[in-house]
Amino acid sequence: MSDAVTLTWRQYRLERKMFWRNPSAAFFNFVLPLLFLVGGGAILHGNQSDLNKLVPAIAGMSVMSTTFTALAYNIVFLRERGVLKRIRGTPLPTGSYFGGVAANATTNTALQIAIVVVAGRIFFGIGWPQEWGELIVFVVVGVVCFAALGVAFAHVIPNFESTAAYVNAVFLPVVFVSFYAFDTANAPALLRNVADALPLKPLIEGLSGAIVTGSSLQSNLGALAVIAVWGVLGGWFAVRGFSWEQRRG
Amino acid sequence: MRDLSKRYGEHEAVRGIDITVERGEVFGLLGPNGAGKTTTVEILEGYRKRTSGEVSVLGYDPARRQIELRKRIGVVLQSSGIYSHVTPREALQHWASFYPAPRDVNEVLRLSGLDEKADARSRTLSGGQLRRLDFALALVGDPELIFLDEPTTGLDPAARRDAWETVRNLREGGKTILLTTHYLDEAQALADRVAIVKDGRVLAVGPPRELGVGAAQYTISYRDGGGARIERQTEDPTRLLNELTNAALERGEHLEELSVGRPTLEDVYLELTADE
Repeated sequence: MSDAVTLTWRQYRLERKMFWRNPSAAFFNFVLPLLFLVGGGAILHGNQSDLNKLVPAIAGMSVMSTTFTALAYNIVFLRERGVLKRIRGTPLPTGSYFGGVAANATTNTALQIAIVVVAGRIFFGIGWPQEWGELIVFVVVGVVCFAALGVAFAHVIPNFESTAAYVNAVFLPVVFVSFYAFDTANAPALLRNVADALPLKPLIEGLSGAIVTGSSLQSNLGALAVIAVWGVLGGWFAVRGFSWEQRRG
Repeated sequence: MRDLSKRYGEHEAVRGIDITVERGEVFGLLGPNGAGKTTTVEILEGYRKRTSGEVSVLGYDPARRQIELRKRIGVVLQSSGIYSHVTPREALQHWASFYPAPRDVNEVLRLSGLDEKADARSRTLSGGQLRRLDFALALVGDPELIFLDEPTTGLDPAARRDAWETVRNLREGGKTILLTTHYLDEAQALADRVAIVKDGRVLAVGPPRELGVGAAQYTISYRDGGGARIERQTEDPTRLLNELTNAALERGEHLEELSVGRPTLEDVYLELTADE
């Protein structure tokens, strides 16, 4: 057991090392959400009620991009290059491998949430998160959900060249619908229903409660349940459909 | 002391192969592309599940994918990648940590000729260097059984000889090796025994020489002074060439369009099927 834990830790260390050595990965992970935050803040001219929505929305998007997007890219790339297949032939336990990979994604999520929270505190007039426990619960459940969905989605993507198209075809509409429904109380009912059924808007609501409004975890249990259901679905497909090698042809 | 015995049939790819590899030998699966060699090794390595038959690798059923078995085998796949932002040294250190009694990373780097590139990012490595890294990663755990799937395909002659040298050293170290190849000379140079495979079946098993792999005929062809094409078959091309060229020089002639054809798998198949 301790062996598996040690190997998870080693895999995690290697993943961190590779992450920092790949400048474009580091850029997308840290600079992009900051740009969104700064851009959004500039457009909103310091309108506090809008900024109160921008910060948790960007925080939610950060969770999705560091897990769903990053893992889908990573797995398709490693699968196509034959790295996964090579790892599969070693005594590295599957759990240790994915533990290390997931811990790496979680580290990125935590760093981004920290950046967003600090930026919200310093630049956007939002205090420190009011419900730290709620923040941690939503980030953890969000990470598990979107990480599982990212791994499951990697199975759908046929090759690395088409990864950007596939990922954006999901990521952009989900972000758009969720942001719009979260921001606009009188959004069309259909849009609202769709957004409520997807995992991102519930995540943003929970983060908003934790960071901005201070609404308790108990009042957001419905949102948490939606994310959890997606997480279970994602986990099921991630494990069932996982392929260690590139399909031929 | 049986490493593996297996008997199974898998739809088209492998149709009832029955082989036993002894501990300490180099066993070659020789056959053309599409003969079922890779499917066979990947079943033994635990990548694929057999449809029927029995397989035992070091006493384990590879389909169950026990970690205990994977600690004792090394796998060089036909093609596989490595993290582009990691150096060979880092990759080997990481891989070594998977195994109970790994070899010294520096020694493996030196033996595999990766000293100079030990601290360069993997993406800067050439094809031949990446192949050496494949070997190094498969060997760093000091496995007792090593699978080599087409280990020299796509390598230049020098790199090929290095790979052969590595295999010979492994055998001297008492390792058991199962390799696949479609090169006759490779099977002849390395394998103690070969199984000739075609269309998912074993045509023959035995030491290369006994199967005619080593004794197959070379073809020497040329045009004589009169312009007629001559083809001669021989098991000893050096001697025949010497005789032919000497005779031509004495006559003051040239052997136009002189060529030496190496024996091909096809020749061996023809010979094998002719015997039946």
